[in-house]
Amino acid sequence: MSRSHLTWNLVDDWQQLVHYEFMRHALLAGGIAAVLCGAVGCFVVLRGLSFATDTLTHVGFAGASGAVVIGLSPVAGLLCLTALMAVVLGALEQRLRGRDVVIGMILVLTLGLGLFFLRLYRGYSNEAYALLFGSILALGPRDVVVVAVGALIALAALVAIFRPLLFASLDEELAEARGVPVRAVATAYLLVLAVAVTAATQVIGALLAVALLIAPAATAQRLTTRPVAWLLLSVAIALAVTWTGLALAFWQPYPASFFITSLSTLTYLAARLVTAGGVLSRLRPVMRPAAAVEG
Amino acid sequence: MRLIAGTLTDVPFSWNPVDDLSQLFTYQFMRSAYLAGTATAIVAGVVGYFVVLRGLSFAGHSLSLMGFAGATGARVAGVDPLAGLLLVDGAGALLIGALARRPRGRDVVVGIVLTGTLGLGLLFLRLSRAGEALPVLVGDVLGISATEVTIVEAAAAVIVVLVAVAFRPLLLSSVDEEVAEARGVPTRAMSLLLLLILAATTAVATPVVGVLLTFSLLVAPAATASLISGRPPLAVGLSIALGVLYTWIGLGVSYWVDMPPSVFVTGMAFVVYVGTRAAGTPALRRGAAAPRPATVSSDFVG
Repeated sequence: MSRSHLTWNLVDDWQQLVHYEFMRHALLAGGIAAVLCGAVGCFVVLRGLSFATDTLTHVGFAGASGAVVIGLSPVAGLLCLTALMAVVLGALEQRLRGRDVVIGMILVLTLGLGLFFLRLYRGYSNEAYALLFGSILALGPRDVVVVAVGALIALAALVAIFRPLLFASLDEELAEARGVPVRAVATAYLLVLAVAVTAATQVIGALLAVALLIAPAATAQRLTTRPVAWLLLSVAIALAVTWTGLALAFWQPYPASFFITSLSTLTYLAARLVTAGGVLSRLRPVMRPAAAVEG
Repeated sequence: MRLIAGTLTDVPFSWNPVDDLSQLFTYQFMRSAYLAGTATAIVAGVVGYFVVLRGLSFAGHSLSLMGFAGATGARVAGVDPLAGLLLVDGAGALLIGALARRPRGRDVVVGIVLTGTLGLGLLFLRLSRAGEALPVLVGDVLGISATEVTIVEAAAAVIVVLVAVAFRPLLLSSVDEEVAEARGVPTRAMSLLLLLILAATTAVATPVVGVLLTFSLLVAPAATASLISGRPPLAVGLSIALGVLYTWIGLGVSYWVDMPPSVFVTGMAFVVYVGTRAAGTPALRRGAAAPRPATVSSDFVG
């Protein structure tokens, strides 16, 4: 990627890293997306939306490739179809509880649709690859602005609904009894999630976007129990893995998406090892709940 | 490769069934595609029943996508794709099984293992510098060899026999884990066995139908079958029948229409599922009487 080499002099390295415009764009867009995904991801974990989020990323792929077929910008298609699906999921949410197979069927349709557009879209090779695996080092100034504006609006919305959303996610019945508009909050959150999926797809691609949305939040959840600390830690982890991944991709000849997803996974596994050790050392084996927390 | 080529035949569809069928089976590649596709649909229908029953859709989706890393990794190592697929899917299944007791869609572990593996797949793709991502994702059912057909058929037979042997304990531990445990069924082992069977199924199916369609054949026919009948043997039979039917029609249509079979299979599967739900089947009306996915019990968080 670069003609310069890693010097281990942090100032020099940083200057090299931001010397090129494409790297500045990547760091900026990646950073914004990471902050949004880190924050949004906490509620993906809390509300048990892993599979729904994964399905949204595939919906995003179908939307983006469909938009290209009819001559629109991929980001527009991504955003429109994920937002539409967010509304559908919001309407179905209560019936979807634990019914993975319904989400699975939506995913089946989505995969077919994505493939259909891909087939119509003859000059598919590079663009489809970029959509599936991300093309953060090829982001133009306009893409950065789109990601930034979308992410800022979504973050503002998340801040606005934070308290009722947290309440509804922790105890839906109690929240409803206290007059929280549970359905509206859930749908608003899913729309924010749609924007986060769009941003993450721009950075690491549709197939890998889930990494930024789940792994940092799941890692942070293992390390703290206080909601605000959890959220901030998740944002920090997402930002750290994204920027480290980008820096590694700058000096190493491998894709940034690979580094970002691997770092996310490794951080999670490390957190699990550490916390498992902690539990083991503090509790007698008999008292240890058999890993039922996740299950 | 179907993504680049045009339609497979110059002979137009005649609406005369005898002519059309003989036209369809003129070429060896279509006969191979039908044999391998049928074997895949049968094994996916059987295993898919348990995927739906246990709420393993997300795990099934993840394991089939992980096949991407298996296929590209095998390319880098210079081994047979099937070996890479079996290795990566098997390791993924063990990791998911070790980290999550019942890996449902709400579980973060599945998503994390999935993206970690896919990231590796991307690395392998870059390292192998050979070819594209899409054939692996889409599959190449029309380009498989006679040897591959034999391998798929043999593997499918082994998996179906394995499920048949373990059918009762698998069923019991899927429907009611506590009762199964009380009756001495090793539920943890059954859960892991099912994940490994799922891994083997996706590993076998992926080179034939691609990672995207593998998932569809696993979930869609079984989901529809479970709506129609609550009786396990009947539901498994229906699931197989639907999967085979979708595959046959999908392959046939793609012979005349310039589209991969996966597009037709997924479209048909979705329409039939939605239609069945809308029609309101006896199993749906009876509700709790039939063995349904015991997914509600895990809903303590949300």
